[in-house]
Amino acid sequence: MKKKESTFWNMLWSLTLITAVAGGLLGYTYRLTKEPIAQAAKAGREKAIQQVIPEYDNSPLDEQLTYTVHNEFGETPAIIYPAKKGGTLCGAAVECSNNTGYGGEIRIIVGFEADGTIRDYQILKHQETPGLGAKMGEWFKTEKNNQSIIGKSPENNNMQVKKEGGDIDAITAATITSRAFLGAVRTAYAAYCESLKGGSHE
Amino acid sequence: MNKTKILLNGLIKENPTFVLLLGMCPTLGTTTSAMGGLGMGLSTLFVLICSNVVISMTKSIIPDKVRIPAFIVIIATFVTILQLCMQAYLPELYETLGLFIPLIVVNCILLGRAEAFAAKHTPAESFFDGLGIGLGFTFALTLLGCVREFLGTGHLFGVAVYPEEYGSLVFILAPGAFIALGFLIAIIHALKTR
Amino acid sequence: MLTYISIFVTAIFVNNIVLSQFLGICPFLGVSKRIDSALGMGAAVTFVMTIATIVTYLLQTYLLMPLQLDYMQTIVFILVIAALVQLLEIIMKKIAPSLYQALGVFLPLITTNCTILGVAIIVIQKNMTLLESTAYAISTALGFTLALVIFAGMREQMSLARIPKAMQGTPIALVAAGLLAMAFMGFSGIKIG
Repeated sequence: MKKKESTFWNMLWSLTLITAVAGGLLGYTYRLTKEPIAQAAKAGREKAIQQVIPEYDNSPLDEQLTYTVHNEFGETPAIIYPAKKGGTLCGAAVECSNNTGYGGEIRIIVGFEADGTIRDYQILKHQETPGLGAKMGEWFKTEKNNQSIIGKSPENNNMQVKKEGGDIDAITAATITSRAFLGAVRTAYAAYCESLKGGSHE
Repeated sequence: MNKTKILLNGLIKENPTFVLLLGMCPTLGTTTSAMGGLGMGLSTLFVLICSNVVISMTKSIIPDKVRIPAFIVIIATFVTILQLCMQAYLPELYETLGLFIPLIVVNCILLGRAEAFAAKHTPAESFFDGLGIGLGFTFALTLLGCVREFLGTGHLFGVAVYPEEYGSLVFILAPGAFIALGFLIAIIHALKTR
Repeated sequence: MLTYISIFVTAIFVNNIVLSQFLGICPFLGVSKRIDSALGMGAAVTFVMTIATIVTYLLQTYLLMPLQLDYMQTIVFILVIAALVQLLEIIMKKIAPSLYQALGVFLPLITTNCTILGVAIIVIQKNMTLLESTAYAISTALGFTLALVIFAGMREQMSLARIPKAMQGTPIALVAAGLLAMAFMGFSGIKIG
């Protein structure tokens, strides 16, 4: 087949055709993947909740509430996923983020027992340096010196790095990340306390 | 043209990373681990094969003067399809590679192959060219990922080989990316001239 | 005000787009053999990036988001950038021929410069306001220019040095870039506000 001449009409209809086909194809793919994407996001959240809070028999995802925490980081929305067993509250997973990390936003989910003790946590999203700040997913769970925050309650422990008079060892060579992470933990705890008091939510 | 020859050409003789020095941004940005390099390589491979085949099929209806915008639309379409599918079925890999997935659009390898090969050859030949170049890119990224992960953390594909304390972190960080790639290319130069 | 100073310092020094985020490596290696061409490229990128970021930001907020077409982001952004570069080229030729003479050769290279598309996407991902996005775009482009000019200076010196055969050309340039990246790591931890 001979190559089309570069006349105005040829250029116009060929580009229009290509864009139309591309647009149609994308719209179709979007419709096909919309459901799986929503499900993947939901499944990811559910997996994270299961990892950080004790056994529950309700559906925390459906009973989620959003609180706004005011502290040194400004206003932070925090999502509470209450865990109930036989109708009584036995803890909650709290999802919130902190924007003061080395690479910007750090989004975590923290599981609290009913009395406010930290049971476990997961990092949901971060852009910290691999090999340094990115170690936070393991660091604050490791039982070594004063690294771990597991089994501690922010009520009795100062959830700040040692440098700032706190009780927790910062990640070696990643103080900024550690500060931001612990800041997020404090925000989560504040939101949890607010939810226990039955404070206002959205 | 011989299919095997086209394939090997992309893998070795015209390896996009080590010889043509194209697509440097994802090469350096996603290779903090071998897995990241492999994932990025395969993503690019997918888009490259699709865009190469479609461009060579449509080459006769695209007038010369608007070929570049037409190529960009075709490439961007496949990148978006990849983006949507990864979000749905491989959400974790999508999170790791992040920004570099949409940036496949501006990877010079894709536009370069469209212009230099697909616009002049048959769809079948373009398919093998995409496969060869894509595999060459995947190989280079995985190799660099292995080197950086091994020297930096003592792991290989996430499996510990030696204790992490003995690794030198600089290879995971930005400077190590440049230096490791520089030495890899130098080694290949040396092997070639021998 | 403090926010903008913080964006400025972070984007230029701490999170330099080339040396710590690995965007725009191609022009960084390609157009850095001489300082004057590095400056020209930097100026062209600053110009295009600022305008492109503002335009794509407005498109995202007032067109794609309301119509729930955010999945079309990649394709729309790259087309807008490509069209914008063409448009700028035509306008510059007419209004400022001397500027076109200086920057013209770099303009076609900019469409496939991943910093432009990268920054357009980053400001959306980070939920910045229009003013913050503009500040971020300008400072990122300045950071790009700074890295490019320093690197060009290093390479001008390097052409006089004796280098082992296998290391000549790209390998030694990459190692030098690595050392420059290491120097920029010294800025990490700087925090304002």
